[in-house]
Amino acid sequence: MHSDRAPLTLKLAAAGGLLFLHLPILLIFVYAFTTEEKSFAWPPPGLTLKWFAVTWYRADVWEALALSVRVALISTVLALILGTLCAAAVSRTRFFGRETISLLVILPIALPGVVTGIALRSAFSIADVPFSTWTIVLGHATFCVVIVYNNAVARFRRTSGSLIEASMDLGANMFQTLRHVILPNMATALVVGGMLAFALSFDEVIVTTFTAGQQQTLPIWMLEELVRPRERPVTNVVAMVVALVTMLPILGAYYLTRGTDQVAGQGK
Amino acid sequence: MMAARSESIGTRLSDTLWRRPAVLLFLLLLPPVLWLGIIYLGSLFALLLQSFFSIDHFTGQINYRFTLSTYAELLTPANFDIILRTVTMAACCTLASAVIAFPIAYYAARYARGKWRAVFYLGIMMPLWSSYLVKIYAWKLILAKEGILTWALEGMRLNWLLEAYLSLPVVGGNSLSVSTTGTFIVFVYVWMPFMILPIQAALERVPGSMLEASGDLGARPAQTFRHVLLPLALPGIVAGSIFTFSLTLGDYIIPQIIGTSRLFIGQAVYQHQGIAGNIPLAAAFAVVPIVIMGFYLWGAKRIGAFDAL
Repeated sequence: MHSDRAPLTLKLAAAGGLLFLHLPILLIFVYAFTTEEKSFAWPPPGLTLKWFAVTWYRADVWEALALSVRVALISTVLALILGTLCAAAVSRTRFFGRETISLLVILPIALPGVVTGIALRSAFSIADVPFSTWTIVLGHATFCVVIVYNNAVARFRRTSGSLIEASMDLGANMFQTLRHVILPNMATALVVGGMLAFALSFDEVIVTTFTAGQQQTLPIWMLEELVRPRERPVTNVVAMVVALVTMLPILGAYYLTRGTDQVAGQGK
Repeated sequence: MMAARSESIGTRLSDTLWRRPAVLLFLLLLPPVLWLGIIYLGSLFALLLQSFFSIDHFTGQINYRFTLSTYAELLTPANFDIILRTVTMAACCTLASAVIAFPIAYYAARYARGKWRAVFYLGIMMPLWSSYLVKIYAWKLILAKEGILTWALEGMRLNWLLEAYLSLPVVGGNSLSVSTTGTFIVFVYVWMPFMILPIQAALERVPGSMLEASGDLGARPAQTFRHVLLPLALPGIVAGSIFTFSLTLGDYIIPQIIGTSRLFIGQAVYQHQGIAGNIPLAAAFAVVPIVIMGFYLWGAKRIGAFDAL
């Protein structure tokens, strides 16, 4: 059906668009090796591995990284629980207010992050909640739910209900069915949802600036370097590592959902 | 004995839940609804409430009496300018994103097969998911005065063109990294990937035979595009524009790092709640994108954009 060739202008425009998306990120990989300390000079006057060693011994970078990983892990676990429960409820039954529930899940990501951020910030100040890892987690888990939810709903939709009925007919109770039929069926969808939720939380900065107080996650560390550059070489190295790390979840998601009609990562 | 007993409790509980699906539904929904309802909606409601308070400009204390005066403050020329600037920027970014995203989405939907399908999928997904701050940082490197763009233009002996452009009012500035054009480029770069997938989804539903029929009936490619392809892709474009428009409306980090000192809505929210301590005005500013997006979503729903999501 689509045997015809694409017109040259379309090819050029598509290729140009993809280059526009990828070239800037590649530039980050060059700057991590530059010997230039004070400016963003191009071309780099020389190449060195020195800054990787310098960054390795930076306690503040490690602390920021540790906080980011901790927050992302807790948020992912919470999002997995809440998102799966919600997806199970919405896809198994029709009930009054079902549309409202889907809207409620999507809302934290549909509204601009600054709205979510200031809403949480003012709620914390009204309720007198001191800033901690948990205040960051509250924000992150809230907008990570939708990622898990989307992946889980898509999988539930493709899982036949008769499978569950068959399991129960054969004498398994609901918990055994959950353990031996539903969870194995959901596994890859949940792994993908979890990885993407982790990536989203790991990278989030807009809501975090409102909920972190004095704490530094890795994105907040980077933001401060962007606003007031102090050590450009260290920032270059951190940026490169972050760019590499954020590629992993989407590559993983791709390999796990390859060959299905589901497009993982669509609803960032 | 114990094992048998505990199993019977599990089975009995399971039977109860099976017989009463409403109870099961309630148990499934309770945690997510409590979380989102209390933490998220509760906070949003608290925010909305604050926007109806006002601040005493002499003492800096919040005056907890219902008033619309904070909203009236939004209409003062300085504040209204911020709103206008942000909405204009969001509209321009959305347009530019659609123009750049369309060819990518069209090629991916209609021509990419086999290996190329995977290339396009990852080629779209990787920039979409790569780190937001890293992307901004990359552009700081590119647009810097000593950066690669100036270097490339000098190599082509075209730097007079850049200087002429930068001397223009409004869009120009000292260098691209402190100009409105710089802000615009970065906004488009960061949010454009969100436009591709919805357009691609809409275009994948357009049968190729329909385009062939249009050609057979004598339409030139441009006419086919204008009268067949574009109308069919429109719901997808509108769906994608929800993201680009909303994300640009609320962003406060990009204009802070690359751009002029003129504020956008997000920055106004951040500054009023932070340094100024004027929570009511910050809250009122935060309500603006909510209202704009409310109208936007309502319009998008009428066009049928949600089927393309």
